[in-house]
Amino acid sequence: MRLIERVSDWLDQRLQLATSIRATMAHPVPRETASWFYVFGSAALTVFVLQIVTGILLALVYVPSAGEAWSSLQILNHDVSLGWFIRALHGWGSNFMIAIVLIHMVQVFLFGAYKYPRELTWIVGVLLLLMTLGMAFTGQVLRFDQDAYWGLGIGVSIASRVPVMGPWLVNLLLGGPIIAGATLSRFFALHVFVVPGLLIAFVVVHLILVLALGINEWPMPGRVVRRATYMEEYHRLTHGGDGIPFVPAAVWKDIFFSGFILLSIVACATILGPFGPGGAPDPTIIQTAPRPDYFFLWLYAVLSLLPPSLETPALLIVPGIVLLVLLALPFVSGEGEKSWRRRPIAVLTILLLAVALGSFTNLSGHAPWSPAMDAWSGEPIPAHYLKERTALERQGALVFQVKQCHNCHALDEHGGHRGPTLDAVAVRLTHDQLIRQVIQGGGNMPAYGKNLSPAETTALVAFLETLHPAGQAPARDASQAVASSFPQP
Amino acid sequence: MTGTDGLSRRVFLARLGIGFNAIVAMLLGVPIVRYILSPITRERRSGYESWLSLGSLDQFPQGQTRFATYRNPVVNAWDGETATIACWVRRLAGEKFQVFAINCAHLGCPVRWFPQSNLFMCPCHGGAYYADGSRASGPPERGLFEYPYKIEAGNLFIRAGEIPTPGRVAAVAAEKPSCA
Repeated sequence: MRLIERVSDWLDQRLQLATSIRATMAHPVPRETASWFYVFGSAALTVFVLQIVTGILLALVYVPSAGEAWSSLQILNHDVSLGWFIRALHGWGSNFMIAIVLIHMVQVFLFGAYKYPRELTWIVGVLLLLMTLGMAFTGQVLRFDQDAYWGLGIGVSIASRVPVMGPWLVNLLLGGPIIAGATLSRFFALHVFVVPGLLIAFVVVHLILVLALGINEWPMPGRVVRRATYMEEYHRLTHGGDGIPFVPAAVWKDIFFSGFILLSIVACATILGPFGPGGAPDPTIIQTAPRPDYFFLWLYAVLSLLPPSLETPALLIVPGIVLLVLLALPFVSGEGEKSWRRRPIAVLTILLLAVALGSFTNLSGHAPWSPAMDAWSGEPIPAHYLKERTALERQGALVFQVKQCHNCHALDEHGGHRGPTLDAVAVRLTHDQLIRQVIQGGGNMPAYGKNLSPAETTALVAFLETLHPAGQAPARDASQAVASSFPQP
Repeated sequence: MTGTDGLSRRVFLARLGIGFNAIVAMLLGVPIVRYILSPITRERRSGYESWLSLGSLDQFPQGQTRFATYRNPVVNAWDGETATIACWVRRLAGEKFQVFAINCAHLGCPVRWFPQSNLFMCPCHGGAYYADGSRASGPPERGLFEYPYKIEAGNLFIRAGEIPTPGRVAAVAAEKPSCA
């Protein structure tokens, strides 16, 4: 015991740090901030440390070469003892980190913690969010599988639309003319050196700011932030009777929550295992449906739902506006109410964003905008649509399958959902309208005029006209019935 | 010689030192920036694209669209499979061809050819194209990207070497109107 004391005394005489560390640990915080709502920042830091450790462990085996990366991940998954577990920890750690960073941000926003004098803390936090998302995207590239390969293609297709600079940006991002070895090398450098280096630097600034300005007090409805008086009021909260030392009065909740998060990551990694890698990154294997990782799925959905003419402006301008809004927030509303009970628009904004992102993410799960590529061969027409049908109508059903109508149009919930379900199409469209729709397309349907012989079209339309509910008559052209009732001249 | 004189001399020397380092930093910065920009500048000069053979004409039956691959002209030893690029070859008749890039004109996903419905379909966001590459439906703003082609000694050649993206194709089209 005495030896430890002597060693620590010896060290402190030279480092001169013990006093300031003790003062930092024991700095007074407002009593109500010792709350379970104030644990997300420290949890994000804990997961970041886990990511650094597991990242270094993975780098011991991973080969950042386009020709070898995928097989080195297979070695990690199957040959190296517990390599799969380290990969799973890193992958799940990444998901948890994004989730916790977002929750932290929502909490800070709803508790008004970005207001005076903590504007810079918020701005650094926004940059940390960008870097975290940057780590997620570059990390997905390092898992060099089909999704990573085509995901890069999506990335450069977006970058190429930047006016004037676009084609250069593509070459700069790829490190050459195509997605290949040079591309993986530069994303490796970004993921392992550049972005983590920036992250560490900005985390340090973020922490220094939190310590220097003090933790945000619990927002009370009616306790309004004013530049002139805030510092004094905050000092009263911490140094008056209500202040408590951060260690140990508040820190125990951070410690427990961080432990709980780490345990959750371990549980997910153990039970659910690592992410991929998916198919080999061979661009000649085109039987693939690339999708991004979980936290970019909403963007994947937005990209298919935007009208084509709006897409490029939206892709290039909206991210800038979002960033600007986030950065301007503490300057626009740097004073005033902190409590979310008195800020209904803030609460509604969060709800709207959560519902929007949640809906887009959910939509991307069943991707109704893509044809079901194998419905024509894999999803037969339900038998009851073929019972008691004429030869012509059955021939039409055959055309429906062979010409792949089923890939976009569902019958009885089976098949694609790109176009409308056709179970009751005869009620909506008359004979002539059906022919026109098949031949000319329109409303986002390709025209099949060149692809169907007149006989095939006749058969197909005959089949489509049988598609109506039992008690409901098919649509008919009223004027035609009237016209045909007149005697022919 | 007063003390303040000495101080101002030292301040001057310190500033001179900073200026000296700024010059050194510039000397260092120029090659670093040029190194970073090398994918744009150095390679541009020789050009990424060249004429590549897709093989003998016999492989491409008249009136059909076939899958073909080529090895990218600019390759590194460690590129692995990523340097082998796919494309779709449509032989209209005789020596008339259309060679389409595999990348969807929307966001670059690999389009698949379906001879049954005579459509190219994209698995990502549901883009569809007719047999001649023109846009049929979905989010793409234009038809499929086409490679210039030529026929020499019974072989089909295309001019390729760079990933086709909406921005680059538009820029190339603006620079030199339709020269193969």
